[in-house]
Amino acid sequence: MSTRERTVETWTPPATNQVWTGQSVPRKEDNRLVKGQGEFADDAWMHRTGHVHFVRSPHAHAVINGIDVSAAERLDGVFATLTGEEVRRLTDRYSGVAPEPGGRAKDYCLAVAKARFSGEPVAAVLAETRELARDAAALIEVDYEPLPVVLDAIEATHPDAPVVHTEVGSNVGWHGVYDFGDVETACEEADHVVRIPHLHFHRFSSTPLECSAAVVNWDPGTDVINITSNNQMPQFAAMQIAPALGVRTDQLQFRAQDIGGAFGIKLTSYTYLTALALLSRKAGRPAKWTEYRSDHLVGSCHGNERTFTDIEVPVMADGEILGFSAKAFDDVGAHMRYEPLGGVIFTQVLPACYGFQHLKVDYTSVTTNKTPVGPNRGYSRMQHLWMVERIVDIVAAELDLDPVAVRKRNYIPTAAFPYETPNGCIYDSGDYHQMLDKALEMLDYDGWRARQKAAEGSGKRIGIGIGSTLDSGTSNFGQARLINKHLPFSGNGEAAICKLDLHGEVSVALGSAPQGQGHETTTAQVVADVLGLTPAEVEVRPGHDSARNAYIAFSGTYASQFAVTGIGAALGAAKAVRDDIFRVAAAVLECEPGDLQLNGGFVSVDGDEDRAMSFAEVANLVYMNNGSLPPEVFDEASLNRRYVYRPPFGVPDWKTKTGQLTLTYASQVHACVIEIDEETGVTTVLDYVAIDDCGVPINPQIVQGQIHGAAAHGVAAVLQETLEYDEQGQLLNGTFWDYHVISAPDTPAFRTGHVVSPSPFT
Amino acid sequence: MADDVLPITVTVNGERQTKVVPVRQLLVHFLRDTLGKQGTHIGCDSGNCGACTVICDGKAIKSCMQLAVQADECEIETVEGLSEPLGPQSELQASFAKHHALQCGYCTPGMLMSSKALLAEQPEPDEQAVRRGLKGNICRCTGYVNIVRAVQDAAGTLEQG
Repeated sequence: MSTRERTVETWTPPATNQVWTGQSVPRKEDNRLVKGQGEFADDAWMHRTGHVHFVRSPHAHAVINGIDVSAAERLDGVFATLTGEEVRRLTDRYSGVAPEPGGRAKDYCLAVAKARFSGEPVAAVLAETRELARDAAALIEVDYEPLPVVLDAIEATHPDAPVVHTEVGSNVGWHGVYDFGDVETACEEADHVVRIPHLHFHRFSSTPLECSAAVVNWDPGTDVINITSNNQMPQFAAMQIAPALGVRTDQLQFRAQDIGGAFGIKLTSYTYLTALALLSRKAGRPAKWTEYRSDHLVGSCHGNERTFTDIEVPVMADGEILGFSAKAFDDVGAHMRYEPLGGVIFTQVLPACYGFQHLKVDYTSVTTNKTPVGPNRGYSRMQHLWMVERIVDIVAAELDLDPVAVRKRNYIPTAAFPYETPNGCIYDSGDYHQMLDKALEMLDYDGWRARQKAAEGSGKRIGIGIGSTLDSGTSNFGQARLINKHLPFSGNGEAAICKLDLHGEVSVALGSAPQGQGHETTTAQVVADVLGLTPAEVEVRPGHDSARNAYIAFSGTYASQFAVTGIGAALGAAKAVRDDIFRVAAAVLECEPGDLQLNGGFVSVDGDEDRAMSFAEVANLVYMNNGSLPPEVFDEASLNRRYVYRPPFGVPDWKTKTGQLTLTYASQVHACVIEIDEETGVTTVLDYVAIDDCGVPINPQIVQGQIHGAAAHGVAAVLQETLEYDEQGQLLNGTFWDYHVISAPDTPAFRTGHVVSPSPFT
Repeated sequence: MADDVLPITVTVNGERQTKVVPVRQLLVHFLRDTLGKQGTHIGCDSGNCGACTVICDGKAIKSCMQLAVQADECEIETVEGLSEPLGPQSELQASFAKHHALQCGYCTPGMLMSSKALLAEQPEPDEQAVRRGLKGNICRCTGYVNIVRAVQDAAGTLEQG
């Protein structure tokens, strides 16, 4: 002890090296959030800020003959107005992602010449206060000429249906057939063919509690456009906004700290950000906008509404399902925007959890006079997995088989992993049989079947449901080429910067914009393990900030990928800093880098810990004392490292529609029991069990929280959340009074269990 | 009328102050914009989601559902009043963190204020009482399981295991 004190005065012997990854470390972000010190988009203010209010079309489909803003502009305190006609002159249409024919549709930040859904923004006002902007918006007169509306995806494909985008020629934005194996022959050879004429996955939204909000300032001096917002994929927004405004992408400086939930719904807010930028430039002042909930429900985006028809399922007498064929129609609303990506994303999980070899989906993406869709949580896979689980249950019911037995007969066997699906996706790991067994045991399946029988005739019906799904994480953006072969996208990734600061402090900047997934904590855990620190000693910069330079085009929090891409980037950057520390210390301590270890903020010689330097001493040499830096490391000691994680993807083959579309798969088996009152229809969830397998969790408590939240969204979507339109295309439930978000008494006390099948890939 | 202003005197987190407010200003905007109490959030503008919940004269209210002028001579507590900005968390706040009762944190201030008011009325609520008591507060991240646990733990009614 005394020797050590003489050698390095600050040295304290570290506790045994603790591994933080895999532990339920308390969240670093919680302290500011429980104290109301979070910084959300509506908390942002700038000097001279004006407030924006959007004028929205009351018609689902109408020609706009003219807009008179003069009365609004005469109001004292109104700084600027913006109309669709100005937008047409000042901006280019968004590039979008759709190929021909949907790609011909012109999408701008305000409706140009025609309103295509009720709630579409047609004009905007920037004024001194939020109230004044609203008053002024009410004075804007729009001359509409209503048109017939089309509100159903299948009706919209008929030749005589009203056309939402005349330049497309019809309402079919994209059509593609996925055909693997030979389902026609399978149907001929099967013992039974089960036919399901129609299934409908309804429209709903995960409605993040925080609505969209932003402050946009187009600085006239520097021409920099500062965007403080809660957009969840800022660089995708940049790719849409910059060409539309005719500016460089590096003029767009995005910033976001805390985001109050997003669920994919905040990915397409770039249209509003564009309008704010135009208003800011016109008025020469910052433009602040916070969506009202009614604006959000009618004017942001909804989840994909999908109708399946003509489902055919070849089944053998023993319950083996050979595959299925189906037609799928996505109602994507009035603008394609992120669509038709929904037309390929579901193929990440084409056979779901099953060993089906004959698969055919004839998919059509259709525009209607409804709110555009966006990639709502579970995007496109959810709709598809739901259909597959319906197929399994309907097959069991029609052939009088046990739904548990049918699942077990058809699940991909555990020994088959890594498993290649007929369309070339690699399911990395899983054990569906074990998960189902565990779910049924936790639920007391046999007991409930007995109680179900006993309840017959009592006026209460008991239902037992099983859902087995898998969630694909870390998408290969190359799958976009299966719908548009010209899109120059493939792979995926994320950037992070790790550095030692002036006094040896470790900080990490990420490119993602988290919405409650605990990025600060999980990043700190893995970086702490690399650098021999505690998570408390690793400062993780929350949110996204273009100025930090920790981003690539894919940066963001979406599609279940942070634990792979974001953590992968943070790990890479931390390891690069570790290697810098080793290089400097090896030169100073006169040893080899391989002889060194990190612990407690010190780098020391393994087995001779008196030969040590603190991180502060290393930082001192590099940043403020480089006259003392050994010359051999002069050019290779940065201590500030940017790393880009890139998953090992290639480019999928657009001709055969095959390839590795996703890196990881987590699986889930949920089982629940409900009771329905025959007279009133009141439905009560009596028990709900969720078994998950996401491999080795970085933070088990955070994973469990994600499971609870996702299960609540599922229960909500099934039992009470739906977006309903009348025959004129008016959204009937555009507030939280009538859009029934699930609340605490409606939500079952989910019970969770886990199976761990580590991924061989991450 | 629309531009009229009135002076009001309110006590917010123990600090009594007089401000001139537009008569049409909502209490939540007064708290957030005028007083800078930005921990109080807005989620629905219609009194359904509870993100704007504050305690007014001992009762949990939704501050988006009343005007600032209606709070004249009232005593209001916001999330910023639960603990010192730089100090330790209150027991309820610490229980939320311990049980992972928050993810994005947007509903959390309102959830905490409703929970505090609930515990003042029912010091030992069982699970169903907590769920009923928080019906007016929406959380889209947690599925409520851990929020209910956190409130019960703070009340000492959480069964271990």
